[in-house]
Amino acid sequence: MDSVLFQGLIGLSMAMYLWLISAGLTIIFGVLRIVNFAHGSLYMVGAYLAFTFYGLLGWPFWLAIVLSLLGTGLLGFVMERGFLRRIYGIDEAYQLLLTFGFILILDDLVKIVWGGVFKIPQIPAFLDGAWSVFGRPFPVYNTFIIGIGVLVAVGLWALFEKTWWGRTVRATASDREMANAIGVNVPRVFSGVFVFGSMLAALGGALGTPVRVVAPGIGATMIIQAFIITVIGGLGNLKGAFVSSLIVGILSAYGTLFFPVFELFFIFVIMAVVLLVRPQGLFAR
Amino acid sequence: MILEARELVTGYGFSVVIHGISLDVDTGEIVCLLGRNGAGKSTTLRSIMGLTPPRSGRVTFRGEEITGRQPFEIARRGVGYVPDDRRIFSDLTVKENLEIVQRVTRREGRWSLERVYQLFPVLRELSAKPGAGLSGGEQKMLAIGRALMGNPALLILDEPSEGLSPLLVRTLVDALRRIREDGTTLLIADQNVKFARRVADRGYIMEKGTIRFAGPLEQLWQNEEVVRRYLAV
Repeated sequence: MDSVLFQGLIGLSMAMYLWLISAGLTIIFGVLRIVNFAHGSLYMVGAYLAFTFYGLLGWPFWLAIVLSLLGTGLLGFVMERGFLRRIYGIDEAYQLLLTFGFILILDDLVKIVWGGVFKIPQIPAFLDGAWSVFGRPFPVYNTFIIGIGVLVAVGLWALFEKTWWGRTVRATASDREMANAIGVNVPRVFSGVFVFGSMLAALGGALGTPVRVVAPGIGATMIIQAFIITVIGGLGNLKGAFVSSLIVGILSAYGTLFFPVFELFFIFVIMAVVLLVRPQGLFAR
Repeated sequence: MILEARELVTGYGFSVVIHGISLDVDTGEIVCLLGRNGAGKSTTLRSIMGLTPPRSGRVTFRGEEITGRQPFEIARRGVGYVPDDRRIFSDLTVKENLEIVQRVTRREGRWSLERVYQLFPVLRELSAKPGAGLSGGEQKMLAIGRALMGNPALLILDEPSEGLSPLLVRTLVDALRRIREDGTTLLIADQNVKFARRVADRGYIMEKGTIRFAGPLEQLWQNEEVVRRYLAV
């Protein structure tokens, strides 16, 4: 019994990591109606920046996280204002080409700045180690990720339900032309949402990589997972992304317990089943 | 003159829908654009609002040229817009649908949540309901209330009487008269001449993207030839 509960906890920390990396992607799709394939690259840049400020320069952990978010947010701003803005009105194939172009450019840029060899970020001392849960050692860092995931979920709920910026974003998401006609500066909302989504990607990178590695190309793995989560949950639906993260994270953890060889297989099985039963995702808008 | 449109030409893709429309609206007036479905009324209103920017021509609002401006800039200058399909923000509540306009336009004035509720008492009872849960008539009132929350100097309404029961048309006529008494100028597009006759001072009749007749509503109404040729009664 304890081992089942313990595995659930492992699954929960996996779920919260998936939630962190997919939240920004689904918010950007919900409002701008573009699938940002470069979301994984923003995750990678966020990871490298956090690694640099904390691991290389030895600055305080929280400061490193904040600077990583700001830096990646700035990159997102340049991407939206300088490039994406020009292709909203035209064929969707251009979104794919442009955001895929960003993946290649950012991967190479990262190689130029940090080199092609992978880096192992440090876990801060206060988050290192493990405590005993159900008689087994459970990493403190996983507990931390669960806490951050819940915090982000509550924070996003409050932002979109309780603030006027959030309501304006929701109005723009449901009808951008009418929002414009009542006085919403839609281009500015688009930039704001893209920057915000980029910062969420960076948060996933900064907090998700200390238990993984930082290397050029990690964005590609991440975008596949994040994309699957948003598709299962319903593209553009934030609640859907949260629920689908929970389902995938926890089912994968149990699946791995019983069929260890199929670890990476489960996420695809879940997606295939959901798409067969509900092609629009669990919570279509 | 609060609004002047000169020689507007607007289209979608390869087709041109309106061919050189010119019209004037004086401060305090209620002006009605009349014409059958597809005559170009909605496109004219959309051109003025900046939703479908005209390919040529000029729109001047309170002496300032607004042609080619983004809709949100035109809204913030004091033009309210009520689309024919209402376009309520479905996942915001009725109250949020109203308040958001005040937040984004930042235009101070006579209209407030309280005054909109006085104009359409049914909205007060529905205030906590999401926009998606309203009936067509209720959505129509909400769309008008929403536009008023920006304290517009000019209120543009597209097909306000369409699909309303005779009782609701009466409510609408009363509401529009009160809005005018409050100092708001109105530009309305509608197919229903009987409705237009009860609210408007002047009318333009459109057909195939051009204006065929302009004049006081009474004069227009008595011209049987015009009514029969261009309007469905």
